[in-house]
Amino acid sequence: MTALLEVKGLTARFPGPGEGLPIVDGVDFHIDSGEVLALVGESGCGKSMTALSLMRLLPKPGRIASGRVRLGDEEVLSMSVNAMRRVRGHRMAMIFQEPMTSLNPVVRVGKQVMEAIRLHEDVSRSAARLRSLELFSEVGIPDPEARLDAYPHQLSGGLKQRVMIAMALSTRPELLIADEPTTALDVTIQAQIVRLLRDLQRDRGMSILLITHDLGVVNELSDRVAVMYAGRIVETGSRQDIFKRPRHPYTRGLLRSNPALAVPGERLPEIQGVVPSPVEWPQGCRFSTRCSEVFEPCRIDVPQTTNLGEGHRCDCHGVTSSTNSGDGA
Amino acid sequence: MADWVWSNVVVALLLMGTGGVVFYARRSRMWTETFSDLWRRRRFAVLVIGFYVLVALLDSVAWVGGMDQGEDTVARYEAQSILDRLFAGSQERSYSAPFADVEFYGGAPLTHPGAHILGTDLIGRDVLYLSLKGARVALLIGGLTSLLAIPLALLFGISAGYFGGRIDDVVFFVMSTLASMPGLLLLIALIMVLGKSTVAVCFALAITGWVGFCRVVRGETFKLRELEYVSAARALGVSEFGIIVRHILPNLMHLVIITFVLMFSGLVLSEAILSWLGIGVDGSWGQMIDQARNELSRDPIVWWNIVSAGLALFGLILAVNFVGDALRDTLDPRTLRETE
Ligand SMILES: Nc1ncnc2c1ncn2[C@@H]1O[C@H](COP(=O)(O)OP(=O)(O)O)[C@@H](O)[C@H]1O
Ligand code: SF4
Ligand SMILES: [Mg+2]
Repeated sequence: MTALLEVKGLTARFPGPGEGLPIVDGVDFHIDSGEVLALVGESGCGKSMTALSLMRLLPKPGRIASGRVRLGDEEVLSMSVNAMRRVRGHRMAMIFQEPMTSLNPVVRVGKQVMEAIRLHEDVSRSAARLRSLELFSEVGIPDPEARLDAYPHQLSGGLKQRVMIAMALSTRPELLIADEPTTALDVTIQAQIVRLLRDLQRDRGMSILLITHDLGVVNELSDRVAVMYAGRIVETGSRQDIFKRPRHPYTRGLLRSNPALAVPGERLPEIQGVVPSPVEWPQGCRFSTRCSEVFEPCRIDVPQTTNLGEGHRCDCHGVTSSTNSGDGA
Repeated sequence: MADWVWSNVVVALLLMGTGGVVFYARRSRMWTETFSDLWRRRRFAVLVIGFYVLVALLDSVAWVGGMDQGEDTVARYEAQSILDRLFAGSQERSYSAPFADVEFYGGAPLTHPGAHILGTDLIGRDVLYLSLKGARVALLIGGLTSLLAIPLALLFGISAGYFGGRIDDVVFFVMSTLASMPGLLLLIALIMVLGKSTVAVCFALAITGWVGFCRVVRGETFKLRELEYVSAARALGVSEFGIIVRHILPNLMHLVIITFVLMFSGLVLSEAILSWLGIGVDGSWGQMIDQARNELSRDPIVWWNIVSAGLALFGLILAVNFVGDALRDTLDPRTLRETE
């Protein structure tokens, strides 16, 4: 089966020493249609930049240096600006982390959704309003008729995020990119939004690129997982592979430090240190400054990808397809 | 077309425009709240401004004929505004103090004894009438100049802030160049070049006045551009132009309103300075003050001219500043103060 989205060797650079800092560095992944791929990693690993590169919305002065992004049978990176504008919203839509600031504060939310609809489809105002109403119901906004006329500041964070989702879904995109859709919300609201995304994905059969650092959300929503560290994908695999048979030390560290798996009363075993900023990235394996299993070649050579079978891949000097060190950490 | 026809057309357009703005603003909660707040806190100032506007309108609606001008044959073919008609025939042949029955010099009886509440000026014109007529000139200077300067500032400020790069460099260069010239000298030079008509003076004031607001717009746009709803709009496939019109501009409107109000009083004052230099607009309070200046040395002192013009000017400026201050408090607690 050919994937809906196929990303190969995607590299995005910001001005810096040499050719520039590769904030996104040779990223490969694919998403099948109807599949949810979770992109996980700590803050500052380049997840958002990867997503924005897919939409060709990388903030200045960043630029996409190389790579290929295929959506369906179209090559996204070589599209004309106008064609790209039609792809955005229409085939790929994106929702952002901050529902508080993702809506224009001076325009009624219903109008914003209607504008999104009318941007890509030539429908009348009343038809667009009807569609907005349906969308509001579909994303579980109570009393949708009245909410259409509300201003963003009159809605709670959870409702705003639902409006954002309604807006993103308004043109029936094939791929929804959700960048930390629950991070800014209260825990109970988070669960509701996660459930909503799951139901929508099921009903509509769309693909989702879910960006998050919350492994609970990943576990609940995703089919496959890609783990990102310092601009590179370090491990990919099915959800079972990643949660049950993690191989990369970074993935294991993330799982160990997940509050959901914590033993009450014990200190959460966090990964030591913090994500280095791009200028401090070490040579060789970028995780080598924090890895507990670091050894000689790690600091010299960039680890090659090891294929562990059935789409489970890992970039680590310590992992080879034959060794099977320590299941489940 | 004759000037007076234009004046009537402008009045009609202004009234229609105001109606339209009110109609749209009523649907926006932010604006209805702002204005009800303003009404609550600064009712008197709003009413004062309303009075000036009313006087200016009365002085703007004009037509020819329908008046007995006596021997004055020229005036028969000249358009007279409602205000002119109200004060028709209140002309004296000479100077008189407020409420006077006799003229200032010879003590000869006046044609309208006791009727000149604020006296008359050197050539016998009623001072109240002149002071009221100044309202139209002041509003014209403030309004027309803002109408020129604010769009200019928005155009350049938004382009620079939104697109950055080369465009920003060019705009920044123009702004710094203008800002580095002494404002008053530039103003005088421009009026020398453009001529002394009302429109020319407004144009000159606009050219020297847009830079400050442009800087604010540029900075705000720069901030707005980075906001998530702009990214969200881009992710939905909205064009750059669409983003500017739908997302940047509406979020600058509060600054436009505040700037308009605050700029307004500054402009009216600038005109007074220009009048003092002899390059002001005919019929302005500035010109009245300038002409009355020499009268202060008479004995007994002739104070009513300068006091009337001064108070008329002062009243408008004070009311506008009160309103501007209240607007700034409600609409924008931060941006404009920072840049002052
Ligand atoms: N203008 C910029 N110049 C240089 N580096 C930048 C710039 N903007 C972001 N970065 C870098 O990009 C990375 C942020 O990636 P991002 O995709 O936002 O991370 P996250 O995984 O949290 O979404 C950070 O390491 C940051 O230092
Ligand atoms: S390559 Fe070496 S440093 Fe990097 S994760 Fe593997 S063991 Fe750790
Ligand atoms: Mg992010």
